Amino acid sequence: MMLKSSVVAVIATLVPVAAHAQATADDPMSLQSDDAQWVIPAKNYSATRFSTLNKITPDNVKNLKVSWSMSTGTNQGHEGAPLVVGSTMYVHSSYPNNVYAVDLAKDAAIKWKYTPKQDARAVPVACCDLVHRGLNYAKGKILMSTLDGQVIALDAKTGKELWKVKNGDPSKGETITAAGLVVKDKYIVGISGGEFGVRGHLTAYDINNGNRLWRAYSTGPDEELLLAADFNAANPHYGQKGMGTSTWQGDAWKRGGGTTWGWYSYDPALNLFYYSTGNPGTWNPDQRLGDNKWSMTIWARDPDTGMAHWGYQMTPHDAWDYDGVNESILADLTIEGKKVQALVHFDRNGFAYTMDRTNGTLLVAEPFAHVNWASKIDKKTGRPVEDMSKRTRQGAVTKDICPNAMGGKDQQPAAFSPRTGLFYVPTNNMCMDYEATEVKYTAGAPYVGANVTMKPGPGGDLGEFIAWDATTGKKVWGIKEKQPCWGGALATAGDIVFYGTMDGWFKAVHAKTGKLLWKQKVGSGIVGAPMTFLGPDKKQYVAVYSGVGGWFGLPVSQDLPSNDPYAALGAVGLAYKNGLDKATTKGGEVYVFALE
Amino acid sequence: MMRDSLAVALVFLGAVSSPALADDAKELKVCGDPSNLPFSNEKREGLENKIADVLAKDLGLTVAYTWWPHQRGVVKRVLNTGRCDVMLGIPKGYDPVLWTKPYYRTGYVIAYRKDRKLKIHNLDDPQLKTLKIGVQVNTPPHDALGQRGIADNVVGYQLMFDSNYHAEDYPGKLVEDLLAGSVDVALVWGPIAGYFAAKQAAPIEIVVLEDRPDSSTPFAFDISMGVKKGNTALKDKLEDSIARRHDEIVHILKDYGVPLLPAADDKARGKGAR
Repeated sequence: MMLKSSVVAVIATLVPVAAHAQATADDPMSLQSDDAQWVIPAKNYSATRFSTLNKITPDNVKNLKVSWSMSTGTNQGHEGAPLVVGSTMYVHSSYPNNVYAVDLAKDAAIKWKYTPKQDARAVPVACCDLVHRGLNYAKGKILMSTLDGQVIALDAKTGKELWKVKNGDPSKGETITAAGLVVKDKYIVGISGGEFGVRGHLTAYDINNGNRLWRAYSTGPDEELLLAADFNAANPHYGQKGMGTSTWQGDAWKRGGGTTWGWYSYDPALNLFYYSTGNPGTWNPDQRLGDNKWSMTIWARDPDTGMAHWGYQMTPHDAWDYDGVNESILADLTIEGKKVQALVHFDRNGFAYTMDRTNGTLLVAEPFAHVNWASKIDKKTGRPVEDMSKRTRQGAVTKDICPNAMGGKDQQPAAFSPRTGLFYVPTNNMCMDYEATEVKYTAGAPYVGANVTMKPGPGGDLGEFIAWDATTGKKVWGIKEKQPCWGGALATAGDIVFYGTMDGWFKAVHAKTGKLLWKQKVGSGIVGAPMTFLGPDKKQYVAVYSGVGGWFGLPVSQDLPSNDPYAALGAVGLAYKNGLDKATTKGGEVYVFALE
Repeated sequence: MMRDSLAVALVFLGAVSSPALADDAKELKVCGDPSNLPFSNEKREGLENKIADVLAKDLGLTVAYTWWPHQRGVVKRVLNTGRCDVMLGIPKGYDPVLWTKPYYRTGYVIAYRKDRKLKIHNLDDPQLKTLKIGVQVNTPPHDALGQRGIADNVVGYQLMFDSNYHAEDYPGKLVEDLLAGSVDVALVWGPIAGYFAAKQAAPIEIVVLEDRPDSSTPFAFDISMGVKKGNTALKDKLEDSIARRHDEIVHILKDYGVPLLPAADDKARGKGAR
């Protein structure tokens, strides 16, 4: 195994320039197997964020030093990772979504900069900081989405716009923060804005001209959900046709949420595209009795047609904002002696799901964080066994719900190493109280809403970086962190796992033991996901964004006053109490590290 | 869910009509919604525009507006940044601002066309199980319907709209739809329904919803003016002016058809309507 991956890495070092020149091989499918490059957000379609590069090892990682860094020019949260295509790094920033092409062969000189013209109305409707989760490369193009709902293709060589289309209307609360994913000739993108009653959807655009090819809604009639004839054939109890409207009351599905702002994955052999949907709208569960399908759902769709072959709803009738958008990582595992084409998903609701990705069958579902809203997932029915005293209701006080609305894990993407068979998961350890109603005001009219108090989970540390065995549903090791683990993970064939913390430490730990091997303080807290590549000098580099933000980091990235603890949906109170403002300051930068 | 409480303090890059650096002593700087009748619009046709004129006159000031939709972020971006100093009609208890003593009290209402002769007096009327009901999403009457299991026949209207770009989606659209017959009953904020009846001679019945002692969801609210937290000088000034001009303000509210309820304090002392 070790030998084989070394060979792959060596070959890979020779390939990039040649591959880049050949138009036929210039697609993400071909390029992702070259570990010198990183051309799509999660490294590969399986979303493992695993690289076979192994020059950085547990023995030499102590010599890792900052090679260079660069400001992105913006101060809000920096989620996602830069790309490397050939000898160019593509760097993105938070709003207004600057893109820089950086020449790795010429001392990181900037080849071009692009800033999309955006509709500033998107700014006030963005939910949780003005983040942007990154870019895609395909066939000489950089594909991106913008906060104000545009989908744009740039010429990767020049930064010139090739086409742009509108995927969302910010004046109706629709924004885009997700990176999307290119599959074949399609750029598949989602939408944010569940808090405004946006009806979620996933849309495919032709990368050559921006033509819209299909759109699949998360709620509503079957013809708009795009359900295949064999939808949920293997697991009819997950739900059938007609339920996109029948599990709602009246017209509530029209503002039913189920937005699609997470990370996506794809299995080329099965030709299935995986993503999941967010919380149902509106926020008050009493106003939408029923399961509210297909919010909170892991979907498998045919990317050519958009038709869904299976869908599994994790949190029926959500009452906690356990936005189900987290990534699904594809890995082939052995469970009870049987080889399984698995999909592994760490949900905001605190449960880690291991499923058969061919048909959605649930194999393992265990809590990876402290969970008390449900005791377990009933594998026969696929439904959580709820503690009804933890269900929130308008006008009622519900105390000590775990996890809190930020979830056992938020957007921060996990990684999987086929060498250890383990998943590396940045997690949160927080609980919440739903408090009595508070007077609100919009457009001349008063109404009442809930206040949410965020608080530490058991033990008091707000985060833990864990290694997880998805075949048994058990934690193998964990590293406690004072702040929530809001940055993503990277696993390498050097058996090192990299992750960053919100207090601004970038860390390397041993993949097998979790032993801390190296750390470096960077300019601002990390909510981005590390990546690795080979430079033109054939050295292995590791890059990560620094730039605190996102929901929990919002108080710092936007200087929210500490005297309003409920602001940022309760993040302000806990972030200041936990000293985030004393641990870091705002500011977007990309850091690139190499062995000295 | 719950994101309505998000307080975003962002650098907003959009163009707005911001008053030039004015002499604070000569202007009453109002945060006005550019297009949300009956409350306010750029033509100054709303009840809050009229009240602003009365107060400014009383204080010897001229009114200067910063036009900004009264949606999420208005407090953080225009009131707290000093682009304007007062929001004229916010519910007492609205925490992002310092509120004045309330100057009127009103509530959510049931409205229906007179020619329908529905005779609905409260939300427990069985007709509400079958009639098509329009209601603003997430408002107290929407909650009340949910608690009664009434949802299949409910049409939701958003309070979230952008008055610069989708002015037609303003909250009054619900009453327009009621008049056009596309909903049978509207559960709507009182001043909106009252405006259509008083100013547009709309033939509608208006029944004020009564607060229920068993519910934590109120239908009636005290309305105050809101200033930036800490601006007690302006708060005091406004309260004095409101007291001096009480009768004129009530006259404006009545002229716009606002269903006025006894002040919460008066009610507690057993006084009648003022």
